[in-house]
Amino acid sequence: MNHLPLIIKREYLNKVRNKSFIVMTFLSPMIMIALIAVVAYLSQMNNDKQRTISILDETGLVADVFETSEFTTYTIINSMPIEGAKELVKAKNDFGLLYIKKSSDSINVVESVNFFSDDSPSLTIISGLERKIEKRLSDIKLQNEGVDIAQILASKTRVNIAQETFEGEKTSKVDSYLKLAFGGAAGYLLFMFIIIYGNMIMRSVIEEKTSRIIEIIISSVKPIQLMMGKIIGTSLAGVTQFIIWIILGGVLLSVVSAIFGIDIMQMQTPQQEMMNQAMSNSDAQNMAQELITGFVNLPILNLCVAFLFFFIGGYLLYSSLYAAIGAAVDNETDTQQFMMPIIMPLILAVYVGVFTVIEDPHGTVSTVFSFIPFTSPVVMLMRIPFGVPIWQQLLSFAILVGTFTLTVWFAAKIYKVGILMYGKKPTYKELFKWLKY
Amino acid sequence: MNNLLVANSVSKSFGDFKALNNVSIEVSKGSIFGLLGPNGAGKTTLIRIINQITMPDAGEILLDGLPLKPHNIRDIGYLPEERGLYKSMKVGEQAIYLAQLKGLTKQEAKERLKYWFDKLDIGDWWHKKIQELSKGQAQKIQFIVTVLHRPKLLIFDEPFSGFDPINASLIKDEILQLRDEGATVIFSTHRMESVEELCDHIALIHKSNKVLDGKLTDVKRQFKTNTFEVGLQAGNPELVKKAIQEQFEVFPATFKNLSDDIKMNIKLPQHTSPNDLLSFLTSKAEIHHFVEVIPSANDIFIQTVKNN
Repeated sequence: MNHLPLIIKREYLNKVRNKSFIVMTFLSPMIMIALIAVVAYLSQMNNDKQRTISILDETGLVADVFETSEFTTYTIINSMPIEGAKELVKAKNDFGLLYIKKSSDSINVVESVNFFSDDSPSLTIISGLERKIEKRLSDIKLQNEGVDIAQILASKTRVNIAQETFEGEKTSKVDSYLKLAFGGAAGYLLFMFIIIYGNMIMRSVIEEKTSRIIEIIISSVKPIQLMMGKIIGTSLAGVTQFIIWIILGGVLLSVVSAIFGIDIMQMQTPQQEMMNQAMSNSDAQNMAQELITGFVNLPILNLCVAFLFFFIGGYLLYSSLYAAIGAAVDNETDTQQFMMPIIMPLILAVYVGVFTVIEDPHGTVSTVFSFIPFTSPVVMLMRIPFGVPIWQQLLSFAILVGTFTLTVWFAAKIYKVGILMYGKKPTYKELFKWLKY
Repeated sequence: MNNLLVANSVSKSFGDFKALNNVSIEVSKGSIFGLLGPNGAGKTTLIRIINQITMPDAGEILLDGLPLKPHNIRDIGYLPEERGLYKSMKVGEQAIYLAQLKGLTKQEAKERLKYWFDKLDIGDWWHKKIQELSKGQAQKIQFIVTVLHRPKLLIFDEPFSGFDPINASLIKDEILQLRDEGATVIFSTHRMESVEELCDHIALIHKSNKVLDGKLTDVKRQFKTNTFEVGLQAGNPELVKKAIQEQFEVFPATFKNLSDDIKMNIKLPQHTSPNDLLSFLTSKAEIHHFVEVIPSANDIFIQTVKNN
């Protein structure tokens, strides 16, 4: 008799109707969005503040490089003793006073710049000021050496290497970032999914043990059916939760940004402002275009198919292990010891993905880890946007399928024995013995 | 074919531990079969093998003359000793789910549950969660779930634990009624008085081996020691006592009676008829009390386990 659909249905409904599940499903996107809104609101408030910085330049060399911008106003104070200037700035309640002491030549200026303020200013402000002064001083030095600044500016060149594969497919840096984003998102999603819902499966197995219903159930169904039903039912509940999160998150995000008038995508901070100034208009346009072509160039179909298969394969692999752990112990506190060997390869996979795949998506390390079954789902998903030969994907998937068949078998054995064992925490040695029962 | 269930030389080991060693039992149709034994003797293992939860290493189980198959789970209702229900699920929903796992349709399950809920007068529990019920109340639900699919074979492991005397006797009557309606019952317990009350046949498992098997009356006959409990009145009790002690093997006895002078257990040699004793006694004293000592299930249990 096939009871699998029945078990899946019960597990699914039981999870979905669970109060804390419902609360989590609807509350967490709200909390997330609220957090984003608060952060956005705060940073905007921060930026709205106009800062006034007074400058007392006794050398007269650098004062004119400070141009008032959207967020910062510079006022030049002329010929006044420093003590008086300090008093004045304090009285005006300005943000701070930049003081450049009189010195014999431009070289000595380097040693005699001070900034006075009430609160210690942020690193970005100081380094921004430093940059400006440095530039002016080096210009002066160059001029003193008889170099024409205009020539230097004219000689500045920008190189943008056009990347192209041998097959004639154009790629670019932006492209790589896009691929990284897609691969990273897919890998990370799988990682999160395994951790959250694997734990949920484990808890639900433990619940059946502690409530002592397990023996009643398995006198009607095969343990492996129960285990698979649990895994599938819980995963479906997880998928439901994820979809609700995405939809709810999207809706809330647009609602919040509409209400507060916060354009989250284009939140400007002074830093970004400076960056934008540095980048010419044509660059920005180029980038937008590159983004679009990059997106089109992504192996979308391959990505989707591979995502589906590796996601399911990787998830089954890990969740069966979670189920086995749940069966082996009596309560959640006893699970720690067995969690380590599961979490380690997962974390390793994410590290390899983040550090190695970015560096060299087709290097030895990335390639090897995309074949090892415990890391392959995450690492392979991160690699695929960079174009992985189909034979590699198939081979890796075949290894994954082989391994998860093995782990499901192994987990089912542990599960079968474990669910009927009460009262003591087994050792690894005992678990190994159970395999032979 | 009078046996519903036959276990043929069933053995099962867990690692180095032999849980069952060559155990055979025969459970005849419509009987209540007591499966007895001390803790850890292997009863639960045997029951789990019958339920196909565990597979035997050797031997076979026949149900209605045919080897057990997965579909036979419909024919068996099992109330395990370690039992419980999903705490956060509603009573009705849960009962329907468990019945569906046994192969009933949703509609059938609903109808039969209604019948049982009315019978045990618990109709208003339908929408409660298990965690809102007491232990005894939850046990009632478990009992209903066990018998709902009308299995040929019912296996109860300590069915009365957790019940108050009223509910225990209610459940006992239900078990007897199910037996009368044609079900066969395997009954495992440590409560020997319920064994006396219910069982037609018993088997005793000790240290993984079956050490005793037979009809309860036959087993008792086998264990009886040809001992009789007598109460006498005589003019000179001391003299009579002495005369009896010279003739027979005598043990002290305690029973309630109206002021008997002499109370004793008299053990007769084998193949001696109680009539011989009676005629001996009538010549010496007035007989007020004469009963054969029948070993209780409790005595049999203790004696068997100690001797092995």
